[in-house]
Amino acid sequence: MENLAENRTAYTDLEPATDIPNENHYYLNMGPQHPSTHGVLRVLLEMDGEYVVDPQPVLGYGHRMQEKMAEHKNWMAFMPNTGRMDYAAALPYNHGYVALFERLCGIEVPARAEYIRVITSELNRIVSHHLWIGAMLLDMGAFTPILYTFDDREQVLDILEDVTGSRLTYCYFRVGGVCKDIDDKFVEKTRAFIKRQRERFDIYNKLVTGNIIFIKRTEGVGVISPDMARRYGVTGPVLRGSGIAYDVRKNEPYSVYPNFDFEIPVGRNGDSYDRYMVRLLEIEQSLRIIEQALDQLPEGSFLGKAPKKMKMPTGDCSFSVEAARGELTYYLVSGGGDIPYRLKIRVPSYSNLSVLPELCQGMLLSDLVAAMGSMDLVIPEIDR
Amino acid sequence: MNNRGYFGELWFGAKSLLIGLNVTIKELFRPIVTVQYPREECEITPNYRGHVELVFNTETGGCDCIVCGMCAKACPSDCLVVKGEKKEGEKRKSLTLFSLDFTKCSLCGSCVETCPKGALDYSQDYNIAGFTREEFHYDLIERLERRHQQPLAAAAGGN
Amino acid sequence: MPPELLRMIIAAVLVVAFVFLNAMILGYMERKVSAHIQRRPGLMEVGPHGVLQLIVDGLKLIGKQLVVPEGSNKFLFRLAPVLSFAPCVLPFVVLPFARKLQIVSMDISLIFILAMTSINVIAILVAGWASNNKYSLFGTFRSVAQAVSYEIPMLLSILSIILITSTFSLQGIIAAQKYYWFILIQPLAFIIYFISGLAETNRAPFDMPEAESELTAGFHTEYSGMGFSFFFLAEYANMFTVCSIATVLFLGGWKGIPLPLGDYTGIFWFMLKVYGLLFVMIWVRWTYPRVRFDQLMTFCWKYLIPFSLANLLITAVLVKLI
Ligand code: SF4
Ligand code: SF4
Repeated sequence: MENLAENRTAYTDLEPATDIPNENHYYLNMGPQHPSTHGVLRVLLEMDGEYVVDPQPVLGYGHRMQEKMAEHKNWMAFMPNTGRMDYAAALPYNHGYVALFERLCGIEVPARAEYIRVITSELNRIVSHHLWIGAMLLDMGAFTPILYTFDDREQVLDILEDVTGSRLTYCYFRVGGVCKDIDDKFVEKTRAFIKRQRERFDIYNKLVTGNIIFIKRTEGVGVISPDMARRYGVTGPVLRGSGIAYDVRKNEPYSVYPNFDFEIPVGRNGDSYDRYMVRLLEIEQSLRIIEQALDQLPEGSFLGKAPKKMKMPTGDCSFSVEAARGELTYYLVSGGGDIPYRLKIRVPSYSNLSVLPELCQGMLLSDLVAAMGSMDLVIPEIDR
Repeated sequence: MNNRGYFGELWFGAKSLLIGLNVTIKELFRPIVTVQYPREECEITPNYRGHVELVFNTETGGCDCIVCGMCAKACPSDCLVVKGEKKEGEKRKSLTLFSLDFTKCSLCGSCVETCPKGALDYSQDYNIAGFTREEFHYDLIERLERRHQQPLAAAAGGN
Repeated sequence: MPPELLRMIIAAVLVVAFVFLNAMILGYMERKVSAHIQRRPGLMEVGPHGVLQLIVDGLKLIGKQLVVPEGSNKFLFRLAPVLSFAPCVLPFVVLPFARKLQIVSMDISLIFILAMTSINVIAILVAGWASNNKYSLFGTFRSVAQAVSYEIPMLLSILSIILITSTFSLQGIIAAQKYYWFILIQPLAFIIYFISGLAETNRAPFDMPEAESELTAGFHTEYSGMGFSFFFLAEYANMFTVCSIATVLFLGGWKGIPLPLGDYTGIFWFMLKVYGLLFVMIWVRWTYPRVRFDQLMTFCWKYLIPFSLANLLITAVLVKLI
């Protein structure tokens, strides 16, 4: 027993429990195993009653050294890792990575391949938003919406599985194209899904968007002002929820996005409700993009000629794509050869999380959960 | 949006709650969409990428692998081991060992894509579970032979 | 043995058995209804359509160890589940299941039930306090505040019925609904009672004390095995009590179309009505997100209490005039 007690003190030394600034405050560990941190995020909360005084995210529980791994192997061998950072929307990660090398080495991509990339990426974005809507509502105590969104999500996953071969951690894009062509069945199923999803919005709106409890829980909660968003480098739907119409697909168009007519939904108040609305509207915009892409889909090859053993030129290069959670940037420094000297991945969830301490000061615990849910954090992406 | 007033809020709220109840009661009587796995199973797409598997060549009655080792080299996770030896009187090497450590495989497909002979393909096996890691160290030649005894299954696996 | 004592013992056994049975029926119902709302089959494995699942679950819970966390107040920690379970059995003693089916008929049976159901709060308080867990404590605070405030509109809405019937006896109240159910003349009181009932029994959307996503499991975070199942039984028993009061006060109790069961016909209608209300409770739970704690209070003080007071006033005036 002696020993045990001693060990306990040693352990609690790790916690800053000794220097609580105010004796009425106390610390609450939310996570790393907690129902609403969605993965292994730990938030150390300094609390005053039910009010959060100072929330501090503690990271690293899911760290896998992805960036370091990239420095140790042939750059092609890193490809499957890209799909494992943001598991909820892996294709944009694939996209950014292959596009980076296409830019660096000046590789042409056939038009059909670019269209396929856009279609599948947008499908993946929709899937990710489905997951988010469900998880956010789960955070707020509604258990049913997640099953409805998962019903829709399964439709898309089936479509994606048919072409990519997997359901979650895709490794589908290749430098110079994609690894498998889409067929008429894919087009047909995707069109059927678009129709179905448009009808399903009705259920979302009735059950969630217009629900007084949901509105009360999210309106005016977790307001990120445009200024604050800029200061923290917040991106994606969180940034757009604050009213800043920044979307890499529009502002720095890549692939064939300029060919499509779509809008960037923005919020007005920057609260959780706006972030919800932005994502819901983004699903509709993605559907529009997919629809147009299917109409314009050119014939041709789906995988251009890429040299098998590729040597990179020396120099550096970066590429940004709009992932489901915001701007994703790959920055690569090459010293020649086929192993990158350094690969920096700037992930959206990380900067979105960094706003949390300022955002959630003085909030109720329940609001913190709702505000954190509205950020759409994917922890393996933050930790990498 | 917030100034609906005392009664306006009540009216709006009550209406939204009733609409919500209406949605769920309707769903209650609609057919279920899930299947009771493992009693029923979903149909799985032929494009599903399981672990890699040697392709059975119906003409030669074996596999096409020429033991070039390209797949093992391309594998980012080093989970393939290919060994072969030259038997007397034969021109090419013949395969003696082809093992896959599925615990490390990331299902990236590099091996399948690099194989010059198309000797590798994905299996349709998704029902994999085991009690030890060693159960996932597959001997692909043995698996091929096992499938070979059931030629129909082998053809389906080959896609 | 005097016959009265024998009757009491049999009744007590029946009541406890019914509490367990009720928990099983409700647990099954909840899981099936929620599953079908979410378009899944739900329980399927044990027995036809999984009807035996709850028995198996119960056995599992009995077989589990009650882990008493270190640093907790061990006596109170063990006491709390019993404290929560015992009082919620007592209301069954006075519930009028049918014309002749009531174990004890009391003139103040309504008050007795209300008194018993409010003991549950103390059990939750003890459980949360003894657990020595911050999440449990949160759940407890919320629960106490919630139960205390929602008691007011609940009692006020009951009072407007009492003004009409001028009796606290449940049989008396049922008898007063000879020609029409009171829900027809007191719809507002019924709605207020039902909402407060949801809050009283800690049901979603007012399930603050056990809000999973915030407090992991609220006041019973630390409980396992039978400790947990006592809370579970108590919750379902309380739901039953709340709904049966609603049935008695507003839906005519055991009254219904006569069936060839003599004086015991009533139990069929009574159960039908009660489980109908319980279905609504379950349906509500699987539809809405959880409200926030302060909103819960605001709703109570801003809407429920004024409305129930107004309702009471109007009722009083009308009763006086007629
Ligand atoms: S799929 Fe990828 S990781 Fe798996 S064996 Fe083939 S190359 Fe290696
Ligand atoms: S790349 Fe193909 S042919 Fe070469 S060793 Fe691998 S399986 Fe055999």
